[in-house]
Formats: sequence, C-alpha cells, structure tokens
Amino acid sequence: MKPWRLWRRGAPLIAAGAALALAVTACGGSDDSSDAGASSGAGPNAGQSVAIVGYSVPKPVYDALQDAFLKTDAGKGVKFSETFGASGTESKAVASGQKADFVTFSLDPDMTRLVPKFVAESWNSDSTRGQISNSVVVIAVRKGNPLHITGWDDLIKPGVKIVTPDPASSGSAKWNILAAYTHTLAEGGTDAQAQDYLTSFFKNVVSKPASGADATTTFTQGTGDVLISYENEAIGAKQKGVDLDYVIPKESFLIENPAAITVSSSAAAKAFLAYAKSDEGQAIFASKGFRPTDKNATIGTVQGANDPSKPFPTVEKLTTITDLGGWSKVNKEFFDADNGIVTKIENASG
Amino acid sequence: MDSRRSTQLIRRTIALLYVGVLVLVPLVVVTWKTVSPGPSAFWKAISSDQAVTAFRLTAEIALASVALNAVFGVGLGLLITRYRFPGRRLLSALADLPLSVSPIVVGLALVLVYGPVDGWFGSTLDSAGIKIIFSLPGMILATTFVSFPLVLREVVPVLAEEGIEQEQAARVLGASAWQRFLRITLPIIRPALLYGIVLSLARSIGEYGAVLVVSGNVSGADQTQTVPLLVGERVQQLEPGAFQLAFLLIVVTVLVIVLVFLRRRENESKHSEPPAVVLDDLALSAADPAPTALALDRAASNDAASNDVALDSVAPNKGGLR
Amino acid sequence: MSTVVEPATAASPARTRAARDASGAARLGAGSGLGLGVAVLWLSLLVLIPLAAVVSRGFSGGWSGFWDNITDPSAVRALRLTVVSSLLVAAINAVMGTLLAWVLVRDTFPGKRLVDVIIDIPFALPTIVAGLVLLAVYGTDSPVGIHLLGTQRAIVLGLLFVTLPFSVRAVQPVLMALDREVEQAAACLGASPFTTFRRVVLPLLLPAIASGATLAFARAMGEYGSVLLISGGLSRTKVSSMYAYQKIENFDFPAAAATATVLLAVSLLVIVGLDQLQRAAARRG
Repeated sequence: MKPWRLWRRGAPLIAAGAALALAVTACGGSDDSSDAGASSGAGPNAGQSVAIVGYSVPKPVYDALQDAFLKTDAGKGVKFSETFGASGTESKAVASGQKADFVTFSLDPDMTRLVPKFVAESWNSDSTRGQISNSVVVIAVRKGNPLHITGWDDLIKPGVKIVTPDPASSGSAKWNILAAYTHTLAEGGTDAQAQDYLTSFFKNVVSKPASGADATTTFTQGTGDVLISYENEAIGAKQKGVDLDYVIPKESFLIENPAAITVSSSAAAKAFLAYAKSDEGQAIFASKGFRPTDKNATIGTVQGANDPSKPFPTVEKLTTITDLGGWSKVNKEFFDADNGIVTKIENASG
Repeated sequence: MDSRRSTQLIRRTIALLYVGVLVLVPLVVVTWKTVSPGPSAFWKAISSDQAVTAFRLTAEIALASVALNAVFGVGLGLLITRYRFPGRRLLSALADLPLSVSPIVVGLALVLVYGPVDGWFGSTLDSAGIKIIFSLPGMILATTFVSFPLVLREVVPVLAEEGIEQEQAARVLGASAWQRFLRITLPIIRPALLYGIVLSLARSIGEYGAVLVVSGNVSGADQTQTVPLLVGERVQQLEPGAFQLAFLLIVVTVLVIVLVFLRRRENESKHSEPPAVVLDDLALSAADPAPTALALDRAASNDAASNDVALDSVAPNKGGLR
Repeated sequence: MSTVVEPATAASPARTRAARDASGAARLGAGSGLGLGVAVLWLSLLVLIPLAAVVSRGFSGGWSGFWDNITDPSAVRALRLTVVSSLLVAAINAVMGTLLAWVLVRDTFPGKRLVDVIIDIPFALPTIVAGLVLLAVYGTDSPVGIHLLGTQRAIVLGLLFVTLPFSVRAVQPVLMALDREVEQAAACLGASPFTTFRRVVLPLLLPAIASGATLAFARAMGEYGSVLLISGGLSRTKVSSMYAYQKIENFDFPAAAATATVLLAVSLLVIVGLDQLQRAAARRG
C-alpha cells in the first residue's frame, strides 16, 4: 500500500491520539499550575478555597489582592476562584445557586438580595457599614477630549454619542444615572428639570452594554464619543493602556461598593475580607484607582489618574445615596420595573 | 470563443476575490496580530494557568462528548437502518434537530431543565448533591447536544447500504449479535465512523454560545472556562492573549478540514462517484435530513439502481430547450 | 430458501412477513427493543425535554404573557434584524455559492484545490474566533481601513463569513454529476452559453441551490458568537440570539424563552422545508 494511502487511513486515528495526548499533557500541566496559587507553607487556612463572585470592574484589584494575600500567613495555601460580571446578574446568579464564598457588588441592593439566605444579616454592622471601596462617577472621553466635554450639560448636545451600561443588569448604570439626574438638583434645579435632563441624556445614548466592564470594552473598541463610568474604571483602563481621558465633572455622585462573605464560606474567606479592608488591602485598592473608604488613609501615586500624585481630587458637589434617602427608597422610586422614574424615561426614548 | 474565455476569466476573478476578501484577508490579519507581539507573548498567552486549565477542560469535554455521540450515533444508526418500528422516521428527524438550534437556545434549554433552583430535574438533583449547570456535566451536555447528530449522519448512509447481507449470513451461521457487530458491522462503518468522530471533535472543541450559558464563566480554582470561553473573556476584559489562543483554535480547525478533505478525496477515488458534500456533514447549525431520510427512502423502495441523489436530479429535462 | 433475503429479491409473502422485510430490516426483539428504549431516553433527556422546557417557559404567562414578550419593541427590532439579515445572507449565498461551485467544478487554475479547502474554514471555526477575526479586520483598528463596527453591514458580513460553504457544497456534487451532453446539444442547436445555463443547467441545480440557501438561512438565524463582537454593543445591531442571552443574564427566563421559542419554530420550519426539498430532488426524473 502506498505510504500516503496509509497516512490518510491513519489520519483520523492520529487526530484522536493527538487529542488524547493533549489531554494527558494538560492534565500534567495543571498540577504545576496549582503551584502558582499555593505556596508550600502550611498556613492556618491552607487548602481552603475561596470563590469570589464580583461585579464586573474590580477584577484587576481582586487579582492583585489575591496575589498579596497569598503571601501572607493567613493566605498561604488558599485556593481562589473568581467570576466577574454585571452586578445585578452576579447577584441573581448567587441567588440561583452559583457557588460563592466572597461576594462584592456595585451597590447595596445587590447585596441585600442575598440576605439572609446567603449572606448574614450582620454583614453591614462593622465600622465601614459593609462598604469596601468608594469611587465617583466620571465622564470618559477620547484621548485629547476632541469634543471638549467639561461637564454633564455638554453631554446632551446634539450628536454626542453616550455609552452607559444597562440598569437592568449593571450596578454602574444606576450610579451613572443617579449622577446624571442629581447634578441638576445639585445646581439648584427642580425634579422636573432633572427628569428633562435625563430624557435628553437617554436620547443620546447609543449603547447600553450589560455591565460596566462591557461598557468600557465597547467604548474602547470604538463605539460612542463618551463613556460614563466609575473613576476607578477609567483609571484602570488607562493602566491597561487604553487611549482615553476622563473628566471629573463639577457635580458627581459618591459610589460605595459593598463586600461580604457568605454564610457557607470558609475561614479563609473571612481572613481575605479582613485583609481587603485592612490598610494593606486598601492601599492596593487605591493603587488601582479606588477611593479608600477611610478618609484618612494615605494614598501613594496612582498611575493612570489625571494627576498621579493627586489622584482623587475632591468633587465640588458630591451627592450621596444617603442624601436621597437610602437605596431601598431610591431603587423603588427610580428603578422600579413598572413605575420607576428612570424606567419610564428609558421606555419613552425607546 | 474569445468572449467565452473572458467570461470564464471574469467568473474566476469574482469567485477568487470573494473568497479572498471574505476568508483570506481576515486569516492573514489574525496571523499577523498573533505573531507581531512576539514569541514570548505567545508563550505567555498559552501557558498561563488559566489557559492550561482551559485546554484541559476543553479536551475533557470534547472527548466525553465525542464518546457519547459515537456510542449513541452508532446505536441509533443501527436501530434506524436495521429495524422497523412505528415512529422510526420521526426518531430520525428528531435526531437531526440539534443541528439547527441556536446555541443560546441550547444553553437556555439545559438551564431550564437542569438548573439548581428552578430546573425541572435540576432542583431535585441539586439537593442530592449532583451539580450539572455551572459545572462540568452541564458543559458536557451542552457540547454533546450541539454535535449530537454528526456521527449518526455519517454512519447511517453506510449502514443503510452495506453489510446487511453479511450480517444476515453471519446470523444464520450462528454468530451472536455482539460478534456480528464487532466482526462485520464495525469494520464496514469504520471509515465513516472515524470521519464522524473527527467532525464531532472539531465541533466540540469550538462550541461557544451554549457552553457560555451553562457554565457560569468561572475562572480560577473552579474554572469552567473552555478555550473558546477564555478567548471571549480576554477580549471582553481587554486582557492580552486572545489572539494567540484564537490562533491555536484556527490551526486545529484547519488541520481538521485538511483531514476531512483528504478523507473525502480518498473516498472519491475509491468509489469513482461524485464526492459527497464535504461540509454538508459539518452543517453545524442547520438540518440536512438528506442522509438519514434518503437512506430510509432508499431502503424502503428497494431501488438499488438509483444510488445517488445527484444522478436522480440530473436526468435531462426534456422540455428544457424550448 | 433460507431466511436470508437479498434486498432486491421479493421472496414469497409468507416468508417476508416472517422476520425481515424486503430491505432486510427486522422487527424489534428484546435486546434491540431495550436499545431503542435507552436511545430514546437519552435523546429525550438531552434534547427533547430541554427544548420542551423552553416552549413551556415561553408560555408560562399564558398566550398573553408570550405575546407581550414577543411584541416588546427591542425583541421585535432584534427579530426583524435577524430575519432580514438571514434572508439577505441566504440570497447572496445562493448566487455566490453557485458561482463558486461552477468555478470549482468547471474551471481549472493553479491553487484551485487550496480554494476548495479554504472555503470550509470559516464555517468550522469556533464562532467566537470567527467573531474576533471579524473584529480585527473590520473594527476600529482595521488594518485595511474598513470600519464597520456597529453597522448592520457588519452583521451581514459576519453571517456571510460563517455560512460561506453551504450553497457551494450543496451545488458542487450536482454540478459534477451533470451530463454535459445536453448542454452540448443545446450549443449545437445554437443556444448561447447564457441560454444554456438558464434553461438547461439552472433548473437542474435549483433544488440544490435552494437547499444550500435554506441551510445558510437556518445557521444565520441562530448565530451568536461570530456577530457578538462586531455588533459594537448597539441596539440596532442586536440579533435575536443576543437579545435572548441578555434576557438570560437578567434572569428574565420567560422573555428569553419566548424569543427562543420563535427561533425554535423557525428551525423546525427549516427542517421540514429541507426535507420536502430533498424528497422532491430525489423524486425527479
């Protein structure tokens, strides 16, 4: 039989064999891979696993936190797994059975959804009320700010294409919308004027991606003129080398992100949460562009910030969720699926 | 004559341009984007823990899925071609159904049945500690679903045409069913079976949408990201290394196609009849009941002469010239 | 004389009724019956029950709930985009596929075999890789200067990419088996090449062209991974599969299932249509 005929006969077998070999090699490889996650020491939490479920934008900071935590005594030998996505989506996923030991969301309602079945009622009874990081809403623009955006009112000019996530799934979206809405109030306007602003705002929205991180990706890949996002996400994007600038408007909203451990979590998860809230952990948050929850924390230089030596300038008029009466009230008033102010405006603008 | 030459050239040019622009240019661009960051970036992209785990997961899922589809493909093929029972034709049509279902619908369907909270079976299974959705079994189910008929469609035409007499002869001579299968049927279907396995393997390695929905997209210690899912994540998270992984997948795809192509050319020279459609069989998201339905038709009508659809449909149309 | 019956031989009626019919197929025995049971069980658990669950959840709010979900403006917009794009893709495939098949069968040039192989690539690629490939060429960083991010043209382009071989591969075998004598006779009688094509060849190719176009349509309707990235996140480029995924992400299963039910109905229609086409083709002549 001619050699090439033999080859053709055997080719499918070779393909199957190659696949098998790949599997075996990969199996061998994965044993090595766990070394990166575990060091040889025997810490008190060695061998335990922590499943992190988080909203979409803090992946870089949690990667850094994991690396640092694994070097500590409490963190030696701990195995991490993670999944990040839109805040609302991830919260509902945990409520539907996705495994989680450490959860962090963009806003409190996504956390309270899990109380008490998955997260203990006492989750926010500590000194920071369960919050782990802060930020403010900023307007990201193309490099060089070609449209000369200076604040919220520039956004409703005709032809400005806005990218902001979808409030149905994204936490970032809700912060953005609240900031857009309350900036009018902060300047002395009425609720009616704020609603008018929001209507014009939504007319200019061209894309509503599912999450904050998706919105950044959509903007980076070329859609839209401006991106409304967290300050930390704008800084994070610049750290990743994305070509954008960001403007901190005169009026903005204080973003507060909660974090907690679940009822079924291990001691390692508890230790990780404590680490994240410690000075060391908060310094890592700051280095990735998050504003620390402790106002007196020392902040080093932050690459990617507009001014790395003064990365977190004070916002002139900062509204907080407390000013509006807390999240339960705000969620119902603004984002209720049938009667929310924002829902109605969104539906009207199609 | 000259105008004929020029029409031929025009046709050729249009065809080549179409294929070139649609396929070649993108492949060249991707190759360039893969190699321009350099070999160390390439190595980093494919050797990270996440990537290695993704390779392992993809291999496990693909092998499980292919094994299941091979077993049930041959089994169903034998049942459909060797036996008569009410609903045989319906079964054959239903078996072809998965090819034309959108991958997102596949994922949703599996979540609705096997999901841990509201799933029809899932809630009971979950309390028994069996996790399907968000876990490996669910991903295997999803991948098996989308590639279900690929082996079946390859072996049915062969089973319908060949081996019946030998099997019956063996039966008369006293061979048991298992012996008949091993000694007679299996060797006859072996080329088609291997071909179907290769197709099924390619499909299983590359599945994205269905696995995305059922897996929960988890990375880290409990990773549920296959290689395609990891490509998707790296793109969405603006992380480097997406092109390198994608490039590997492209290489695997091209290898599979070349294998398939060579196998078809071999069959073509062996049987000296028009080659069956190469990618008819790889019709991943569309139904083509031709092999199974027509096999049934042929078996039923005893028409040994009209062996090939192509010949049937080509009989000259006598009224055509007017 | 024995119970061995050859397919082309009609044995006496009494004998054929015995255990095997004229084609050699037998009635189910105990072992094969069990095998059938197992196979049907597997098919049900894997395919049939899950698809039934989709339809069931789609109608979980009754007909009115289903209708409300289907007539949601975003759902309608997504469905319209999906159907229009898929029809366009089917039409383009019908034309270009026939042309490509013609060139591959009737023409000879260096590299023809390479072209034959290349045609199958985009369709066998993992869909997300196809999507990444498209984004690389037609996104904002386009090295060829074509920027199609977020346009409906990009969606059609993506769908054309993954459905490239459908028509080609359907037409190719028919074209190959064509009896050239009739065409030559037509030429002898004075018909121009175009007339010959139009009146002799094309009618014979039509079933194959139609079947290839139908396959392309079905694939395009359900496609997800390859159009995801190039859509740019805009609502005007959101196809039905993306809409359904968004609903799944928001845990709005009834809405997702309603759209999925519509897509399933289209799939079923396609299967039935294709089956009819293939039977018609087999019966010709």
